[in-house]
Amino acid sequence: MPAVSKGDGMRGLAVFISDIRNCKSKEAEIKRINKELANIRSKFKGDKALDGYSKKKYVCKLLFIFLLGHDIDFGHMEAVNLLSSNKYTEKQIGYLFISVLVNSNSELIRLINNAIKNDLSSRNPTFMCLALHCIANVGSREMAEAFASEIPRILVAGDTMDSVKQSAALCLLRLYKTSPDLVLMGEWTSRVVHLLNDQHMGVVTAAISLITCLSQKNPDEFKTCVSLAVSRLSRIVSSASTDLQDYTYYFVPAPWLSCKLLRLLQCYPPPEDGAVKGRLVECLETILNKAQEPPKSKKVQHSNAKNAILFEAISLIIHYDSEPNLLVRACNQLGQFLQHRETNLRYLALESMCTLASSEFSHEAVKTHIETVINALKTERDVSVRQRAADLLYAMCDRSNAKQIVAEMLSYLETADYSIREEMVLKVAILAEKYAVDYSWYVDTILNLIRIAGDYVSEEVWYRVIQIVINRDDVQGYAAKTVFEALQAPACHENMVKVGGYILGEFGNLIAGDPRSSPLVQFNLLHSKFHLCSVPTRALLLSAYIKFINLFPETKATIQEVLRCDSQIRNSDVELQQRAVEYLKLSSIASTDVLATVLEEMPPFPERESSILAKLKKKKGPGAVSVTELEDNKREGGELNGGGDRGPDTASTPSPSADLLGIRSAAPVGPAPAGAGSLLVDVFSEAGPAAPSTRRHFYRFVCKNNGVLFENQLLQIGIKSEYRQNLGRMYLFYGNKTSVQFASFMFCVVALLDTWLQLNVQTKQVEPLVEGGAQIQQVLNIECLTDFSDFFQPTEMASNDFFQRWKQLSQPQQEAQKIFKANHSMDTEVLKAKLLGLGTALLDNVDPNPENFVCAGVIQTKSQQVGCLLRLEPNAQAQMYRLTLRCSKDSVSKRLCELLAQQF
Amino acid sequence: MMRFMLLFSRQGKLRLQKWYTATAERDKKKMVRELMQIVLARKPKMCSFLEWRDLKIVYKRYASLYFCCAIEEQDNELITLEVIHRFVELLDKYFGSVCELDIIFNFEKAYFILDEFLMGGEIQDTSKKSVLKAIEQSDLLQEEDESPRSVLEEMGLA
Repeated sequence: MPAVSKGDGMRGLAVFISDIRNCKSKEAEIKRINKELANIRSKFKGDKALDGYSKKKYVCKLLFIFLLGHDIDFGHMEAVNLLSSNKYTEKQIGYLFISVLVNSNSELIRLINNAIKNDLSSRNPTFMCLALHCIANVGSREMAEAFASEIPRILVAGDTMDSVKQSAALCLLRLYKTSPDLVLMGEWTSRVVHLLNDQHMGVVTAAISLITCLSQKNPDEFKTCVSLAVSRLSRIVSSASTDLQDYTYYFVPAPWLSCKLLRLLQCYPPPEDGAVKGRLVECLETILNKAQEPPKSKKVQHSNAKNAILFEAISLIIHYDSEPNLLVRACNQLGQFLQHRETNLRYLALESMCTLASSEFSHEAVKTHIETVINALKTERDVSVRQRAADLLYAMCDRSNAKQIVAEMLSYLETADYSIREEMVLKVAILAEKYAVDYSWYVDTILNLIRIAGDYVSEEVWYRVIQIVINRDDVQGYAAKTVFEALQAPACHENMVKVGGYILGEFGNLIAGDPRSSPLVQFNLLHSKFHLCSVPTRALLLSAYIKFINLFPETKATIQEVLRCDSQIRNSDVELQQRAVEYLKLSSIASTDVLATVLEEMPPFPERESSILAKLKKKKGPGAVSVTELEDNKREGGELNGGGDRGPDTASTPSPSADLLGIRSAAPVGPAPAGAGSLLVDVFSEAGPAAPSTRRHFYRFVCKNNGVLFENQLLQIGIKSEYRQNLGRMYLFYGNKTSVQFASFMFCVVALLDTWLQLNVQTKQVEPLVEGGAQIQQVLNIECLTDFSDFFQPTEMASNDFFQRWKQLSQPQQEAQKIFKANHSMDTEVLKAKLLGLGTALLDNVDPNPENFVCAGVIQTKSQQVGCLLRLEPNAQAQMYRLTLRCSKDSVSKRLCELLAQQF
Repeated sequence: MMRFMLLFSRQGKLRLQKWYTATAERDKKKMVRELMQIVLARKPKMCSFLEWRDLKIVYKRYASLYFCCAIEEQDNELITLEVIHRFVELLDKYFGSVCELDIIFNFEKAYFILDEFLMGGEIQDTSKKSVLKAIEQSDLLQEEDESPRSVLEEMGLA
């Protein structure tokens, strides 16, 4: 082979390269380069016109300098000049420079395109190939615009040389990938497909990449390629190892083409034509058979080429997922590779088995290799192979082997490489949740995770364990006991403190009976960790403390002491300070019942996709999650607010005053539509359970004038109302909780029929747009036509007056009485607040029994005034009430009595 | 499709880089640095494949040079290993027992050979003969082009 070229060409270049290599320091190199750049610049600027050879040499030097990593800001024009040279090598260097260094200078692109056009039409195959290479290398939109229609013509023309066809096919592929809209195959489709039959193997090899890409995008138009590909594959597979001459590679016939054909077939379902399918299955069987034959060469190239085809065939078998026989054979073959001495093969076998594990036909066969895979996880010396083994264990996990696999992964975690720990943690967490039969195992596993690899346990993981514990009351006691024990460890991870704080704050009462974990012991244990923790954890612990005050009144003094100390109440961190101040105040002023309402146990979290799974998907990309998982979790649309929105922190932050009043209930979370911004969202009808719960909310407002009426993931509706005589004004606040705009926002007030008849409601229309995160206000003017409870005016009166009026209203229809079980707290203060909220006057010293409440008020309507007297007799022991109402209008007593009975 | 191919030395000197998708220079430099670090840190008996970002990396060491290719998710690792080998064979045949210096001093030739073999990240021809014939032809054209020059002229001293 020609030593002709070696160093012959440009001696000046060789000298320059030598100089650079001899530079002892980076500075010297830069100095030498700057000298050369100055020299070249002066040559290009000089008066003397440079000959083609010099231009080529200098352009080549610039290229070398650029490839060393330095910026080049001139010489482009000289390179473009070289393109129109008649000398091949000058043209070649010009094209090389352009390919490597082209910039978006449109002036230049036009010149380059001109030169390319000339070369394409030159009919000189070597020039045409250079031009095609340049287009493929640059692949810019401008080039696609200029040449996308020309290249298919070159590709299929009868008189085009084979080498040009090859370049044209790949050039077209490149343009199709960058600007698919400009490459219109239409009339060329069938002729391009028939390139699969071309006699020249090189042409087929190049064309098949193009056909595969086109088939992926337009499978129907190209589906005739399937039978052509099968017959071509069949000819190659059955050929003797020397038939294909130069296309045989280390005794393997056309390995590249075979792989490409098998890849092309993976764009389609199994062939429908029986004969074609039969032939293909035969091919696949032959490939599997050949894997068992003794090698024809000891060279690694031979086995690599052979196995490349084998792995591609296995991919096709997995893709079809319809031939149990082939699937099991593939699995057995991979099983052999699992123990192969070549690391590369073990790696690929583990990788390939991962996809086999998700097929129902081969899942069981894959599972038989569990011991080998566990062994690989323990003994492989290469972390990337161990990673594959972990992936496979994850993929083959099911209910039958989950405990074994999770245990192995956990024990591997202790020594696992840092690079894969986080992913391993996620996988263990997912498997533990997915296959948990008893949830105490799940809790143990997650706590072990935190113990072993606490630093790698992301928020999603510990949020999830809390979500699950809160949603399953059968595991709450166990969880409390276990975290309590885990927290005993002298050095425990901060994540453990978070989980511990949260769970004891919610469920510490479940273990408080045991003197070893009495409330104060629990508190002291948590508080012993406090000073070692970061701000967010401390904030969480403070919330746990206030929950303790509610759960265990006996800890109140101790905890208040802690909250009161300067390091809390004057903490420099605003969040901590605020919590300390608020919690302290809350615990001192609120009655136990108010506390109980505010600090009620967390409501169950809405069931939805595990946030951990979402994280793993994000980490690995959608391709990496096995098919079964994706199917398990098709309900992804609900993830509008992300996994963390109901995270424990947000839930226990008592910021809006509405929360403190205990009005906000668990927000009904409807199936929020994906991409809410563009959709018309009818929150009430769409959020299925919302309507009844809104009604429930409504009853809360009998005794209260403001709060949150409705809330879901998208929208919060707040209400504020004021009443004077028979007129009322209600403000509705619509808050957009998303970050996108609500367009065409409409709200209609639909009152329940029976109320509607008694009210005259005027609404002011609101703007149909609500910006993301913004709130708009709507005013409703209400006039009470008949009696309606919110239009109460208090009437103060003395004991005598009361009884006098009471007796006046003695007709049977005027009185309504109801005895009912207490629905809410029977705390005196709460009851008082409710009765005042109703709008009546609360009369002291009227009833001889101080436990009873007596009220008086007047309901103002448009036409009349209705006097009302009320007596409420609580019986704390029996948790019952007796409510008696006497009103000057018959129907009112009954109505009010029913309405109010639900309030206590 | 191959996204890029890098040739670098044991000492971390980049000898050849071919990018098959448009990539900003800054990103290229960052990727090269990152990959060299990863690959050079690996021990000899380790596997030739690794996952990196959303790509698969296939690499092999020949004497002092590492050949490193980035391929896509659905591409075949083993056949890529043989793409590398075939490229080495082509270089070897052309330069006659190729060494790192050949590639340093004749970098443009290395690019031409690679271009004849791979185009747009896909195989253009796998036949050694066809590829070498194309290169040979251009060399013949070069010989015809070039008139002998004096050494002084070469050095720019004439």
